[in-house]
Amino acid sequence: MGTLPEPFAGWFAARGWTPRPHQTALWRAARAGDSALLVAPTGGGKTLGGFLPSLLDLHAAPREGLHTLYVSPLKALAVDIARNLTDPVEEMRLGLRIETRTGDTPQNRRARQRETPPHILLTTPESLAVLLANEEAPDLFAGLRAVVVDEAHAMAGTKRGDQLCLLMARLQTLAPGLRRTGLSATVAHPEALRAWLSPTGRTEDVRLVLGRGGAEPVMDLLLPDGHLPWGGHMGIASAPRILDRIRDAGVTIVFVNTRAQAELIFAALWRDNEDNLPIGLHHGSLQIEQRRKVEAAMAAGRLRGVVATASLDLGIDWGAVDQMIHVGAPKGVSRLLQRIGRANHRMDEPSRAVLVPANRFEVIECTAATEAVRAGELDGAAPRPGGLDVLAQHVLAMACQAPFAPDALYAEVTRAGAYADLSRQDFDDVVRFVSDGGYALRAYERFRRLFTDAEGMVHVRDHRVARQARMNLGTIVDTPMLKVRLRGGPVLGEVEEWFGSTLEPGNTFIFAGQVLRYEGIDALTMVVSRGGDEEPRVPTYAGSRMPLSTNLSLRVRSIIADPRRWRGLPEPAREWLRLQQLRSELPQRDGLLIEVFPKGGRWFMVAYTFEGRLAHQTLGMLVTKRMERMGYAPMGYLGTDYVLATWSAYEPTDPERLFEEDILGEELEEWIAESSMLRRTFRNIATIAGLLEKNHPGAEKSGRQMSMNSDLIYDVLRKHEPDHILLRATRAEAAHGLTDVGRIAALLARVRDTIRVRRLPRVSPLAVPALIEEGREWVAGGAEDALLAEAAALVEEATDGAEHFSDVLAEVTEGVRVRSGVVDRPRRQDRKRRPPPRRFVRHAKGAGA
Amino acid sequence: MTPAPLHLAGERLMLDPCGAVAWPARRTLAVADLHLEKGSHFAARGAFVPPYDTRETIARLALAVHRYRPARLVLLGDSFHDVHGCARMAPADCAALGRLLSSVEEVVWVLGNHDPVAPVGLPGTATDALEDGPLLFRHEADPRARGTAGEMSGHFHPKATMATRAGGISRPCFATDARRVILPAFGAYTGGLDVREPALGGLFPRGGRVFLLGPDRLYSAPMAPMRRRAESAA
Repeated sequence: MGTLPEPFAGWFAARGWTPRPHQTALWRAARAGDSALLVAPTGGGKTLGGFLPSLLDLHAAPREGLHTLYVSPLKALAVDIARNLTDPVEEMRLGLRIETRTGDTPQNRRARQRETPPHILLTTPESLAVLLANEEAPDLFAGLRAVVVDEAHAMAGTKRGDQLCLLMARLQTLAPGLRRTGLSATVAHPEALRAWLSPTGRTEDVRLVLGRGGAEPVMDLLLPDGHLPWGGHMGIASAPRILDRIRDAGVTIVFVNTRAQAELIFAALWRDNEDNLPIGLHHGSLQIEQRRKVEAAMAAGRLRGVVATASLDLGIDWGAVDQMIHVGAPKGVSRLLQRIGRANHRMDEPSRAVLVPANRFEVIECTAATEAVRAGELDGAAPRPGGLDVLAQHVLAMACQAPFAPDALYAEVTRAGAYADLSRQDFDDVVRFVSDGGYALRAYERFRRLFTDAEGMVHVRDHRVARQARMNLGTIVDTPMLKVRLRGGPVLGEVEEWFGSTLEPGNTFIFAGQVLRYEGIDALTMVVSRGGDEEPRVPTYAGSRMPLSTNLSLRVRSIIADPRRWRGLPEPAREWLRLQQLRSELPQRDGLLIEVFPKGGRWFMVAYTFEGRLAHQTLGMLVTKRMERMGYAPMGYLGTDYVLATWSAYEPTDPERLFEEDILGEELEEWIAESSMLRRTFRNIATIAGLLEKNHPGAEKSGRQMSMNSDLIYDVLRKHEPDHILLRATRAEAAHGLTDVGRIAALLARVRDTIRVRRLPRVSPLAVPALIEEGREWVAGGAEDALLAEAAALVEEATDGAEHFSDVLAEVTEGVRVRSGVVDRPRRQDRKRRPPPRRFVRHAKGAGA
Repeated sequence: MTPAPLHLAGERLMLDPCGAVAWPARRTLAVADLHLEKGSHFAARGAFVPPYDTRETIARLALAVHRYRPARLVLLGDSFHDVHGCARMAPADCAALGRLLSSVEEVVWVLGNHDPVAPVGLPGTATDALEDGPLLFRHEADPRARGTAGEMSGHFHPKATMATRAGGISRPCFATDARRVILPAFGAYTGGLDVREPALGGLFPRGGRVFLLGPDRLYSAPMAPMRRRAESAA
């Protein structure tokens, strides 16, 4: 091992530091010209390790031009890293220019960066895509020596990761000597991540450098005073004790699972915050300035606590955080570990983590997660293959850079790890799609965007097409959002459009830590004022609520099945399981327990499947379809992370048949095609592939009129050309994760001969949490139309057309609800003056982060 | 397919779940906002949406015509997405549409903002509005209209959200009150404007009824008076 030359050695020595082994290993790899992936728990000078080889290289052989490119998933991170890197570079008088390039970079600086590029440029995948879609890209990147990819684990396997992978392949073509360095948190599949980072798409061409783990984290469970809640996910009941912990520590991050939960916990903490401890709120729907302000206050030590969602999972190291409190079960071990890592960036001291389960099942899950962390057992799926929609965008962008030969571009694309297995047929279909839509009905040939010259080179048609393509770059597709603006005041953030559409003037909701009254919609902005006297609602957001991981599921099942392992559980949880043993029986680790019991004039069936919410939603649809065929007249179902519950008019006499493997047949195909998840997937794919416009030069989109509804396109395409490349891409994406069909298949195979059916006179202790869960899927024949018919009939019957239907309807259709006093819903101290109208729309989409 | 009866200005109309209105007494069928060739309009601007929309819309129209066998077909404007739409139609689609329209005795093209001129080479006569007895057919509803005439129009592509126990469900819809019917858009690529938006809701100041489209039937619900929303959004 070599020693650092001056001024580096002196700089390290002046701080009493020595290069850490992983920093030296990265340096050695770089000297050999090799790419490398550093996998290390958060902290420990990862970023410096990534840049050190470049700094050494530039010091040894000073030169002009772009030398190192740094890519981060967050704009803010790029800006922070630039700042942090500038300090040592100036202290060592290296004389290097370090600049950032993001969507916020002003035009004049962009122009200057083109004229005289900095030595080190920090950017995001989106901004890199724009740079590479430019005709001048070959000049800019010809001398590039290194790419540093930060938070690689957060990008591989996502669409942004697909895009970055393709962009790196192009960089490699422009600068063949380029080496890549990836920085990653600990992951379950480092091999797949190496392949993703690899210049050849092969794992062995990237060295793996493992950072030493820090001290083992100190973890404990925090239960609410008094009664342990049966249901609910919010954990509000624990707020007073969380506040105690914040008071006792220096700086605390309170991580939660969803944005709605963040708002509720934040409100609950402040309700009891008699000492006025400075506690902030941070989630992805808040205005960016607001978030930066909270981050800055945190960094400056002005906050004692911050309530945060995944929006704080990544980002600059703070160093000064003393403990991490996780409210609600963590759902996955890798994520929990990363969050624990956020709590303490001093490598040699243990991180302190407190888990706050919100209900009884979560107590077991939190215990399982603690065990898994101690066992160093990670979870998470390996990155899926790259999406064809991203490839379509990339092909057009590359045509904008320079004409391409299809053979050469195909070769380059398959050197990208995410596309190593791409078939030539798919590649050619993508190119045809980019050219004229790729439809069997060749109606658009006269509008072609690409043409092939006599030498076989493919060109983009004209500047207009190129300009449009550049404006549509990027793979982030937002759900339609409404800005929330205080009347005569600032924008506070945004909520999903559908939530806005469920509000009536005068309704109140909690957002950005305050109670707001909805006044109306002005253009695409929701105008609100402070205060209001109705019971406030909480905006929820579709999607991204993580389901229970396969790994944690196995551990939870193991704990429940084996009374000897209950020692780690708190007494109320043990009591609960003992009661279950008495009244019914315990679900076995690899078996399936099904309970059937009558309640309120219906038959309930609860299956202890433990496969996570997504899988249960899909499974619920399939099971109720079969129940319909078997004449049980199913009325609804509900999937939690742990169980699937159904209710029906008639007794399910033969439940085993509902869980046979053949339910994954044609009904599945049919349901998947109709499901709203697939429609949402298609919308994203169509937007990324350039079918739906994100931006259009000259014509600012005036709201909804200019855009085409992707559902309509989906329906027409499915009917007339079911094998179109975009539908293939949609199905491929659905197969990976979205519907969790793989988990269902594994479950059905596992339990084939081990199904136990218990017929009970009443609900069992383990089934209670499911019956008080909110957010049900209703079937009643499976389709929207049945629901509409029912609603229309009820409207006729109940309102005589006089009342506004939604309020009344919700009252009338109030279903089975065993919720009085057992769900920890937020209660305002001042009693509400009249009962709030209960709208079911709140439960429609599930609370997602 | 179960149509819903509706009385307007003393006339009995049938609202069809496909989005058309039949007036049996005058053997008339009306549809609005076909937006033919919307797909190719987008394609010309570089967004290659599937080119099957015209074909799909004509097929739907043919089904409605076969079901009601009208003597008169009234197209309530925006039949083409833009003035060049007719010229862009694929020959096969153009022929299919021609055959379909020829099977009806009388075709009336009410002109809309997207198609201000009559289509060339297709049967039918063009007009800005059609008055027949107590009913008036026009493209866009007139908020100042007085008198007892019943008005049938399109233009707004109304849609509505109905609350069900599984959450709100949005569909294109007929929007109606005692004096007017606004038809949903008939075209395959036509989206919708929520009836609560002031531009549309303002036409029903005292509320009314919406009829949401389903595959086999309509779902009816009252529409709230627009006062509160219109005031507070100002």
